[in-house]
Parts: sequence; structure tokens; C-alpha cells
Amino acid sequence: MSSQPTAESLAAGEHSPAASMIAIARRQQLQDFWFHKITMLFSLVVLFALIGIIASLIIKAVPTFQKFGLGFVWRIEWDIVNEEFGALISIFGTLASATIALLIAVPLSFGIALFLTENCPVWLRRPLGTAVELLAAVPSIIYGMFGLFVFAPLFAEYGQPALQSTLGQMPVIGSLFGGAMNGIGILAAGLILAFMILPFIAAVMRDVFEIVPPILRESAYGIGCTTWEVVRHVVLPYTQKGVIGGVMLGLGRALGETMAVTFVIGNSQRLVPSLFAPGSSIASTLANEFAEAGDFHLSALFALGFLLFIITFVVLALAKLLIVRNEKSKGAKT
Amino acid sequence: MNNALYQRRKFANTLGVGLSMFAMSLGLFVLLWILFILFKNGIAALDWAMFTQSTPAPGSEGGGLANAIVGSLLIVGFSTVISTPVGILAGIYLAEYGDESSTASITRFVTDIMLSAPSIILGLFIYAILVAQVKHFSGWAGSLALSLIAIPVVVRTTENMLRLVPGSLREAAFALGAPRWKVATMVTLRAAQAGVVTGVLLALARISGETAPLLFTALNNQFFSSDMNKPMSNLPVVIFQFAMSPYDNWVRLAWGGALLITLTVLVLNIVARTVFSDKVSS
Repeated sequence: MSSQPTAESLAAGEHSPAASMIAIARRQQLQDFWFHKITMLFSLVVLFALIGIIASLIIKAVPTFQKFGLGFVWRIEWDIVNEEFGALISIFGTLASATIALLIAVPLSFGIALFLTENCPVWLRRPLGTAVELLAAVPSIIYGMFGLFVFAPLFAEYGQPALQSTLGQMPVIGSLFGGAMNGIGILAAGLILAFMILPFIAAVMRDVFEIVPPILRESAYGIGCTTWEVVRHVVLPYTQKGVIGGVMLGLGRALGETMAVTFVIGNSQRLVPSLFAPGSSIASTLANEFAEAGDFHLSALFALGFLLFIITFVVLALAKLLIVRNEKSKGAKT
Repeated sequence: MNNALYQRRKFANTLGVGLSMFAMSLGLFVLLWILFILFKNGIAALDWAMFTQSTPAPGSEGGGLANAIVGSLLIVGFSTVISTPVGILAGIYLAEYGDESSTASITRFVTDIMLSAPSIILGLFIYAILVAQVKHFSGWAGSLALSLIAIPVVVRTTENMLRLVPGSLREAAFALGAPRWKVATMVTLRAAQAGVVTGVLLALARISGETAPLLFTALNNQFFSSDMNKPMSNLPVVIFQFAMSPYDNWVRLAWGGALLITLTVLVLNIVARTVFSDKVSS
């Protein structure tokens, strides 16, 4: 900003070079002005895209909300032939599979982050860290194929009978593990999702664990704490918000994931109170039905998309705020 | 010393550390398992025909993925051409002017959200503004949808890398009387070159395997086509369609395509990381 020579200081010097320098300074000021505006315009592309997304989803979803009102959200019917649409089945599938994924992925990614920051030999840190990042890079459709062709048959043969004979016998939650065991369903989708989001959560957790000042960690070790106690009583309280932010980030991913879920959730539009039963999530319904949908059906699908967007937007915004606040309050350099 | 307490603490520690090692090995195991399955099933499908012939009709033998491979290259290529300049310029704005304005902080926030927004929603958006208007699916729509995914990645890495450039470098250029745009493009951007390239490569890796947004935009095409204005075959959608089908030949090709995509994505990731770490350490 302050780098430009002012016109007065230049005019005080010799006449002709000063004039040309003023001209140069003017030209540069103009160039700077345009540079500022042009880069700003491009940075606004993302903002416009977001506004466009919200607007287009709402506009396309209007017919559905006009017909069913807000009741669309908790209607169970999804009847394409009679054009009766409700979002409840898809919302249930989305939330249930994402919850299962979180329940499994959070402890595992905490373990991975703990190992990478506290226990891992230094020479192994980079290769293992890269391996976790590669797990995050594997395209979701690969997880889907893996789930459908490899995981589901194994799960039907060993996993589901084992679950049914243990958790399935318990009084209240027992019915969740009942029904036919063919490997695909909401539970299988949740398990595949867990491994998809695990690397994301682990990466965030590792990053926030690393901003704990070494002096805090070392003084805890110095008074004789074990590794576990250091993590439990020093690292975790210190990075609380960042950890929760990472978990929410994973939740955001799990809610909106399409391909991995579509392959294994079974794609059925029925509400069965069992996690073994096939269901569908918002994203899988979109992926399956969109290409063949008629006008009103399309509008209902856009309404589903709108709901998904609202849910993930809220989750991601919260995640972002928590992570930023964690970094700020701990004075981390970004 | 209190022996019981000591034993309990020691036990809790062993348990915690043991479980964390278990989690790490489980993660590694899953990665290796997926790669193993991919190679086992994918290599069987790899042959010359896969690269030279187009996708076969339902139930027929033979055929390959040539149209899908070319389609994917075109769609991803154009989307890289679109997203790289946009992303870099936006990143420059956030890094150079970002501390002074509130629009910048809103943009940064939105970019972070778009980074993890469900990709299928971006497909819906492009469908609504482009496909529904011109009434046909097209390769361009696919490229645009993928660009929307790639731009936030490029923006964020560019900004972060520019911010890593030492302030003294910037100040030295200013002291010589360089205008701001020259400092930004010829000094800081050049210093951060390796990092910015990393960002572009990571974005490329991210969009190469994206399927969901292409379902409603590029759709699919059974025949060879390099017309970006028509529905265009592409690897992810072909894999999706073939893997869910009852035909053995299609499933075999799906595995071949899956292996191709995963190798591309992983190689891009590894290259991106080595480009970056070489430049930083030297």
C-alpha cells in the first residue's frame, strides 16, 4: 500500500525524470486498482456459486413444497407412480448411516491421531501419515464397489449372524439387528462410510494435536504422566473444539456421500425398523432416480437435495467455526 | 509408592496405546485390502482392448473403455483449465487483500464449506442452471460441475502457500518500488510456485474420481464421442453403471476402470506431495 512514491516527493526532484516517474506511478496505481478488482471478482465466484446453489435448489423445489408444505419433511410415502413424495425415509437413512459411521470412525481416528502424534517412531510418521491421506484420496466409488462385492458378502456370512446373536438378543435395541441378512443395508452403508470418513477426521485430529505447545506436553510427561494421561488430561482438553470440529467435518462428509452409500444401502423406499434392512439416503435416492425422473418427481428430488444441503451446510459451518475458534484461542499460526 | 494405583495407571496406558496401535493397523489394513482387491480384479480386466474399444452393449462379450477414458480426460482436462486460473486468482486475492476486507473473510468461510459440500448437490446445481435450460446433458456441464469442486481446493492451497512466503521477500520487492500486482504475481506467486502446483494436482486428483456430479451433467454415452456439447461417456459413471449391472463382462470392465482411476488418483497424490516436499526442503 505505502510503497508508491507520492507525487509531491517526486515533483521536488528534477523536472523531466520526475514527470515520467509520476506517469509510471499513476499507471501502476491504475494497474493495482484493476488487479485488486479482478482478483476480487474471481474470489467472489465461489460466493456466487453458493448463492446460485441455494437459489436454484429452492426454485426447483417450490412445486413440491407447495403441494406438501413443510410436511414433506416427515411424510413417509415415496410413491413415484402416484406422485406422493415424502422425505422421511431418505432422511432416516442419511442420518442413521452417518451416525453409525461416526460411532465407528471417531474412536478409530482418535486412535490413529494419538498414535501418529505420540507413539509413532519419527521415521514412520511421514509414511504412515501419507498412508492415511491416501486412504482419504481413494475415490468414493471404489469404496462402493469394495463394499458391494467384497464387504457385503463377508458381512452377511460372518458379521450379521454374530451381531444378531449378541446385540440382537438385547431387549430394546435387539430389533435393530433383526431381519434378513444379505449384507447390504443401512448398517453396511454406515460401516463403509466409517472407513471413508476416518482419514478426514484423523487428519484434522492429528493437525490439532500438533498445535499443543510442546512445553505443556513435556511438563506433563515431566511430572510422570503416562502417554494416555497426557493425551486424556492435557492434549484433549486443550484441543477440544478442534477435535469436535474435525468430527463435524467428518459428519458433513458422511451425510453428503453418494457413491459409497448408493452401492451398499440397498436403495429401498420402505421404512423398516432394522439396521439390516435396505434403505436409502438422500444422496442415494438422487443418484438412482434423477436421470429417469418426470417433472414433479424431479422437483421432489430437488427438495430432497435442498434438505441435504441445509443439513450439511449447518454441520459444516459449525465445524468450521469450532476449528477456527480452537486455533484462535490457542494462538496457533495458520 | 502406591503399587495398586501404579498398576492401574500402567494398565490404562497400555490399553490406550494398544488400542491406538490397533486403530492405526486397522486403517492400514483397510487401505491395503482395498488396493489388493482392486489389483486382483482389475489386472484381470486389463488388456489392450480396454484402451482401444468402446463400451460393449449389454450382455455382449469383449469391448473396452476407450470412449470413457477419452471422455474422462476431456471433462477433467477442461475443468482443470477452468478451475486453475480462477482458483489461483481468487487465492491471490485472499492472501494479498484478505486481511483488509470482510468480503474476503466471508469468501474464505464459504470456500471452506464448499470444500466439503456434498458433490451431488453441485451436480444438481449445474443441472438446474445448464442442463435443464439447454435440455440436454453435455460434457461441458460435467466439466463445470467438476470445476466447482476443484476451485475451492485450488483457492485454499494457493492462499495457504502464498501466506507461507516470508514477509521480508514481499517487503523487499515493495522497497524497490514494485507495484502490488507485480509483487503478487512475480514475487510471491513465484516463490510459492511448488505449493500452488501441489494444489492444482490435488484438485485434479480429487475430481478424477468424482462420480456423483457427473450423473446429472455429463451422463453417459455408449459410443465414442469427443463432442463436449453432447452427453459424454466418462469412467466414473461407466463404472457405476457397469458395477451395478448383472452382466459379468460389464462387471469385469468396471473393475478395470476402477483400477485405472484409483492408480491415477493415487499417483497424482504422491506426485503432488513429492513436488511440494522437494521444493520446500531444497
